Amino acid sequence: MNTMELIKKQVEENSIILYMKGSPNQPQCGFSARTVQALMECGQKFAFVNVLENQEIRQDLPKFGHWPTFPQLWVNGELVGGCDIVTEMHSEGELKPLIDEAIQTHS
Amino acid sequence: MSLRIRIETKLIDQLSPYHLELVNESHQHSVPANSETHWRIILVSEAFEGQGLVARHRLIYAALAEEMNDGVHALTMDLMSPNEFKATGGQLPPSPLCRGASKTS
Repeated sequence: MNTMELIKKQVEENSIILYMKGSPNQPQCGFSARTVQALMECGQKFAFVNVLENQEIRQDLPKFGHWPTFPQLWVNGELVGGCDIVTEMHSEGELKPLIDEAIQTHS
Repeated sequence: MSLRIRIETKLIDQLSPYHLELVNESHQHSVPANSETHWRIILVSEAFEGQGLVARHRLIYAALAEEMNDGVHALTMDLMSPNEFKATGGQLPPSPLCRGASKTS
């Protein structure tokens, strides 16, 4: 399986997946930290990939998603956005319903 | 041409903004002094009317693809249509931004 196929599999098999720098408990970038904070406040489990430890994914995900930076939040196989969008949705109260629905439809 | 001018020129050419602010926020990050790696873009354009947030950000990333490949590390973006900008209470500038015609003609 090449990296593009692996990414496709990851976003299809995980209803909520965050590609970030570092881990949720130890983010290594301010943008990733802010994004994972918003996601954790939604109170649901999510998958994550630390792109600092997966250089091939770090290299190919921007091409896969037509989005050049990290973090990237994917829900139900669709790119929700990076730090700006996720934090804006969270402050508008739009993130939790999206996350809750993804969990419900997947279970 | 400085990076700032390059970014501004591309955004103006491709998005005809009513309003554009470009702030170098690199000093807030762990990069050497005087870096030009992290930018905040506040941009108001008709191009965003009816577009979702992901589509808006992709328009900016596409416009600045070269710069994103060439040292720009992160963009923080506030992207609004003129109607949304008005709703925030922001005042639209009275006339479009200068596009440099006087310098080239």
